[in-house]
Amino acid sequence: MIRFEQVSVSYDGAGRPALAGIDLTVPEGELCLLVGPSGVGKSTLLGTVSGLVPHFTGGTLRGRVTVDGRDTRTHRPRELADVVGTVGQDPLAHFVTDTVEDELAYGMESLGIPPATMRRRVEETLDLLGLAGLRDRPIATLSGGQRQRVAIGSVLTAHPKVLVLDEPTSALDPAAAEEVLAVLQRLVHDLGTTVLLAEHRLERVVQYADQVILLPGPGAAPVVGAPAEVMAASPVHPPVVALGRLAGWSPLPLSVRDARRRAAPLRERLEPQAPAAADDVPPGDGEPAASVSGLGVRHGHTVALHDVELSVRAGETVALMGRNGAGKSTLLRTLVGMHEPARGTVRVGGVAPHRTRPRDLLRHVGLVPQEPRDLLYADTVAAECAAADRDAGATPGTCRTLVSALLPDVSDATHPRDLSEGQRLALALAVVLTARPPLILLDEPTRGLDYAAKARLVEVLRDLAGQGHAIVLATHDVELAAELAHRVVIIAEGEIVADGPAAEVVVSSPAFAPQVAKILAPQQWLTVSQVRDALEEAS
Amino acid sequence: MSRESRMRENRASGAAGRAFALHAGAWWIWALGLATAASRTTNPLLLALLIGVAGYVVAARRTDAPWARSYGAFLKLGLAVIGIRLAFAVVLGSPIPGTHILVTLPEVPLPDWARGVRIGGRVSAEGLVFAFCDGLKLATLLVCVGAANALASPARLLKSLPGALYEAGVAVVVAMTFAPHLVADVQRLRAARRLRGRPDRGLKALLQVGLPVLEGALERSVALAAAMDARGYGRTAQVPAAVRHTTSALTLGGLLGVCAGTYGLLADTGAGYGLPLLIAGLVLALAGLHLGGRRSVRTRYRPDRWGARAWLVSASGVAVAALMIWAGTSAPQALHPPAVPLTPPALPLWPAASILIGLLPAFVAPAPDAGGAPSPQPTTHREETAK
Repeated sequence: MIRFEQVSVSYDGAGRPALAGIDLTVPEGELCLLVGPSGVGKSTLLGTVSGLVPHFTGGTLRGRVTVDGRDTRTHRPRELADVVGTVGQDPLAHFVTDTVEDELAYGMESLGIPPATMRRRVEETLDLLGLAGLRDRPIATLSGGQRQRVAIGSVLTAHPKVLVLDEPTSALDPAAAEEVLAVLQRLVHDLGTTVLLAEHRLERVVQYADQVILLPGPGAAPVVGAPAEVMAASPVHPPVVALGRLAGWSPLPLSVRDARRRAAPLRERLEPQAPAAADDVPPGDGEPAASVSGLGVRHGHTVALHDVELSVRAGETVALMGRNGAGKSTLLRTLVGMHEPARGTVRVGGVAPHRTRPRDLLRHVGLVPQEPRDLLYADTVAAECAAADRDAGATPGTCRTLVSALLPDVSDATHPRDLSEGQRLALALAVVLTARPPLILLDEPTRGLDYAAKARLVEVLRDLAGQGHAIVLATHDVELAAELAHRVVIIAEGEIVADGPAAEVVVSSPAFAPQVAKILAPQQWLTVSQVRDALEEAS
Repeated sequence: MSRESRMRENRASGAAGRAFALHAGAWWIWALGLATAASRTTNPLLLALLIGVAGYVVAARRTDAPWARSYGAFLKLGLAVIGIRLAFAVVLGSPIPGTHILVTLPEVPLPDWARGVRIGGRVSAEGLVFAFCDGLKLATLLVCVGAANALASPARLLKSLPGALYEAGVAVVVAMTFAPHLVADVQRLRAARRLRGRPDRGLKALLQVGLPVLEGALERSVALAAAMDARGYGRTAQVPAAVRHTTSALTLGGLLGVCAGTYGLLADTGAGYGLPLLIAGLVLALAGLHLGGRRSVRTRYRPDRWGARAWLVSASGVAVAALMIWAGTSAPQALHPPAVPLTPPALPLWPAASILIGLLPAFVAPAPDAGGAPSPQPTTHREETAK
């Protein structure tokens, strides 16, 4: 269905080609997963299929890409619109109209499909994607998972033979991600659609793939093969694969189910050892870094938070989990005084955040927002650091030292926009840390990070917690929470529904349990590194 | 419940499901009719009645959609207009000679060349009343436009444009959806300034986020353009060269005709050839548009249908406008009560009755959401407002 023949792509002014030596075929009706670290050209590869590369983005394409026999060199993206459906990373940037039903029809209108056919296909797609109840809803009022499904639906109505998706589940909570993946499964199985998707969160998708294309490094030739084979040597892999490699299972299990069936001997070996308590939390004396009691927050008429009780001690890492829109971000923003509590009290380092001047609050609490770019205004890293020092009243050079520690190979003159997602997060974190706040908040820090960047982030945050910083992170990433958190707090509909040690809370929850916990339940192991340490100790 | 039976139920209750929604154009004609009526009078009672009629229809028939919430903004804008008009009357004086002096402000001495301009001085009750009525007229116009905006999705109105104008229409729709995004961006970035320890309020904060906001808007428009291209926007059909040339000739000729005709109508001489030329020009331009539509391969998904309800709603607006124009010639005194001497305005019976015709849509237009689509879930709504 999709053929790449000796494809390479280079952009003007770049030293080396963004893609090189791509020579592969994606057969019809397959779900093909594209994996690799950040910056190896996954999005570029996806773009060549829809024709956006090079027609829209510029650059030079060598070799040949054909989709259903059409050469993308001679067909512009609009002329491929009936064969290829593309959904980008941000579904909001994809919507042209304002209601669900119009959005589903938009692509067909452009293709000139007769009105009666359009009507039938819209109804079919509404049913296929479970959107029937939302048909008249303005798109702005939909949740993240619903938006992603509408975006998929909006390209499906044109009945494309190929569906190209760039990180469809990265921004979604575990349940919404499953919703979207179930839809993709259905398309592949029932309609024979060919799906090509790139995703960082392999633990969510790898078990559904028929074929995996691994781009091991920038400009390196791809490795193509069955998922288990590719995963055996892949630098990016989900925890289930890491555990499989550790235990020497062959063929490698890709799903929790496969792994559980092999895990009985491993569970036996681990039986005598209890998992080491995550990390030692310093004793809870002294004033808590943050305390919230009876907190209620309203946005207009809707109640965003209701009767929230939370206390965070110095040196403790707390993960806030819950579905999109449950109130996690609101709680974080209330802790930095962006929302005024309607009732109850919030104290951060002894002050009420919403009544404290920003420049004083800086020394008590720092928040890295969901989009770290929001924090960055300057046009070079050096200028950003200088501004951060001024804002925080720190000695000049403080921020730059932090940046060098977090990002060893970033030059002063780099524009923050040119940094990768992970580098930008590190820069924003450095800016926040310049004022040395005892409480650090992170909103969805792993969105768009690959496993390597995530591992670096985990190290940095562990280090900070070790130095006595209290850390609160709102996240959908159960693996991150398992790695880092001493405590997990689950929020639903603005209320705290669970609050306890990470192991206890996540092991008992099907949605929020990390893969290792699911495989080794009822034992309370959370991460591969815990298991590795235990096995080493035993031998 | 099956879809069939639900549709039947909707039809019975006249609910504004998509199939029964009123044509957006009907709402605009109705609202422009009311606005025309408002422009014909300065009688505060009649203007208040017009505002009341528009407000009642909006309250009865608007949906829960985002554009429907803009009505409040138009009301506030109207109040601001009245306020500004009054402030000007106080500070700059009023051309109305008044005898009831309320206060005398210190007058700023101006040089000779600024004769005729006055700053400060006497403020008369008559002047204020005149300014208030004038401001109220403008505010009523705004409220009428706001009513149309709240009742009909602007995007759906643009969908009814002829095919040749479609691309221009999409540009407008995209621009309109961008405005709310831009506002949300500004709010988010201003809030983020707080995280850097800088004040998040004030003009300076607004200016400093300007560049990042524009950058973000630019990136989003590039992403949207890519998405639209990949979804087939701008696919064109092959049209013979002869048709293309005819289209250009017709459109250009038509526009020239319209310009010349309008000039003829407005100029003192040439009223004789003005009207025919204008009409001929319009016909040519429309023919050009129609031919131009052939180049576009687009089809329309569920276009709004112009039904009996649409006729009634638009007719009620036209009737209000026509009756007020007629009343303006037959009873000018009642529509323009003199500011001097000060007298309480009287409510002229027949013009008032004709304005009440504008209430018709509150009864004939389909009711929003009677058992229709579910309202937005509180959780998702909450997330939106939080952003």
